[in-house]
Amino acid sequence: MSKKPSDTAEHKDTPASGDPLNAQLSADQKIDLYRVMVRIRRFEERSLRAYQAKKIGGFLHLYIGQEAVAVGCCSLLTKNDHIITAYRDHGHAIAVGMDLKPLMAELFGKATGCSKGKGGSMHYFDPSRNFWGGHGIVGGQIPLGAGIAYALKYQGKKGACLAFMGDGAVNQGAVHEAYNLAALWQLPVIFVIENNGYSMGTSQARSSAGELARRAEAYGMDWGTCDGHDVYEVRACINKFLELAHENSKPSVVEVRTYRYRGHSVADPDNTYRTKSEIEEYRKTKDPIQVFQNQLVSEGVLDEARISQIDTEARAEADQAADFAEASPYPTVEDITKDVYWEEDHPSEKKSEGRIFFD
Amino acid sequence: MAVIQYREAIRHALAEELQRDPNVVVMGEEVAQFNGAYKVTEGLLEKFGPKRIVDTPISEAGFIGMGIGASMLGIRPVIELMFWSFYSVAFDQILNNAANVRYMSGGQINCPIVIRGPGNGGTNVGATHSHTPENICANHPGIKVVCPATPYDAKGLLKSAIRDNDPVMFMENTILYGDKGEVPDEEYLIPLGKADIKRQGDDLTIVAHGRAVISALAAAQLLEQEHDISAEVVDLRSIRPLDEATVLASVRKTHRVLLVEENKPFCGVGAQLAYLIQDKAFDDLDAPIKRVSALDAPAIYSPPMEIEQLPHPQRILKAALSVLK
Repeated sequence: MSKKPSDTAEHKDTPASGDPLNAQLSADQKIDLYRVMVRIRRFEERSLRAYQAKKIGGFLHLYIGQEAVAVGCCSLLTKNDHIITAYRDHGHAIAVGMDLKPLMAELFGKATGCSKGKGGSMHYFDPSRNFWGGHGIVGGQIPLGAGIAYALKYQGKKGACLAFMGDGAVNQGAVHEAYNLAALWQLPVIFVIENNGYSMGTSQARSSAGELARRAEAYGMDWGTCDGHDVYEVRACINKFLELAHENSKPSVVEVRTYRYRGHSVADPDNTYRTKSEIEEYRKTKDPIQVFQNQLVSEGVLDEARISQIDTEARAEADQAADFAEASPYPTVEDITKDVYWEEDHPSEKKSEGRIFFD
Repeated sequence: MAVIQYREAIRHALAEELQRDPNVVVMGEEVAQFNGAYKVTEGLLEKFGPKRIVDTPISEAGFIGMGIGASMLGIRPVIELMFWSFYSVAFDQILNNAANVRYMSGGQINCPIVIRGPGNGGTNVGATHSHTPENICANHPGIKVVCPATPYDAKGLLKSAIRDNDPVMFMENTILYGDKGEVPDEEYLIPLGKADIKRQGDDLTIVAHGRAVISALAAAQLLEQEHDISAEVVDLRSIRPLDEATVLASVRKTHRVLLVEENKPFCGVGAQLAYLIQDKAFDDLDAPIKRVSALDAPAIYSPPMEIEQLPHPQRILKAALSVLK
């Protein structure tokens, strides 16, 4: 990463660079988008090293290669817009502005983690930033996303929910039930399919019939597709559907074509279902950070010194997050039974009686 | 004090809470235009309109999941399951999402949702429609479970459940819907986790919940009339939280215990109670604890046999006598 612009083939403007939404961005705003993508990547590379050093348990689903999707989408959110996603959630958490230290500490299972070490990699949340997780079961978060949109509509707020899922989720019943309810009740929700080509080790061709987003037609919903390696294109595409949700309370389905470089999780040796050359081809021609870097260099927004500075800062920030995580305490045995019931956590407002925890 | 049906008591609780809190929404299959499959929600659409009383498609995972998502933003959905048996198609939404989201977020989120409907056997609808999942729900920390047996309890507990900031599974009973009982005209609440001694006695404690309470009361009357035995009937009302203190106080008074439930025996509510009683009141027991549960098979259709499969007063009576031997 951070190849010099001269290392790549002749640069062409990305197709959506002229979209008014992108054209109106200031240089600083463009650099901010770039910086968030770099920070996501460096955070995840650092977390992978921590995993390999056995600092992290369980799963670690890396977002590397998909950064432009979360960053592009989250850059569009306004005050009453919300997001919810699945277990590959590090990118979304950073894109909505969560601090890297509690994110890394969560991976380490520490009390200073964003979920106090109770959720882990798949279960990041920050309601203060309208980020509702971080959900482990494929497709299980999608009805919740429809419910967030239902609440916004019920409360008369001008907002929407971006409900993210992977391509493997589109065949889950809960997703179709949510599609139906969203269309039936015209909920302001955009179902964003981040199609990285593989549901774990099963390719789209081996798992899903037809075009993924076109299934929206059966429910009378608007739909679209775009390339997810180009942050400008993600923004331009998602914004159209966000406006439909904001202005007309219309739901939609958008398939964003993307790619992950790493295995499904760290438990995936990644040598059974795709070729190394396929990964290398994407990395060379469509890496979202490289593509945007080239774009911003050609626009005169970024230069080599700035690129290097952003990268250095992101690496340092990721290292500091790891240091913070390392130095933080684990939760205690007493902490295990906290945060189970709201009422138990608010004893002064408790109305129930009797015993709530058992042996 | 008015004498009203169990279903009316639930309806009154819904109406009062709809009136009190604009965030309360009643949602489910046939709850609005159809007036409720069991007429629990009859008239609510007319009174509160379609924004507050919402008919859903047959799509439990969808609308329960949607309700959970809405509850995270402060809506208070009261979702009707036409049968609690249908919870299994929404299992992931209820017992992964509603039960766990608070924990996994480190306490940042809570889900003030109520899922209510009948969870009982005894209506000759076969095994798929006769599940009693109070034990399964109570097995999941993060969830509360309530099983009222009378109109008075149903109303007071449902109002508390709707105001509760945690997810509450409220399990009613189709056979009780037509039962009548006294309900005060003025507003009242019954806290979750508070048992009620439905009958005082000295010789034996019968602990039950839901319709098993009614069967236990009938058995207690037979015990008195035919055997001169004074049985105390403790109605748990709430499974989780559980009123351990009232159960143990009764055990310490009578020294003999019979646990009655419509649930299947294996890992049923009675299994937890039996453990709890022997753990905390072992020296107070004069006899082994006995249980009466559903006979351990899927719910049978055959109407006379379904009566036999569930706890009924004669089965309870026989078991009670064996505890008193």
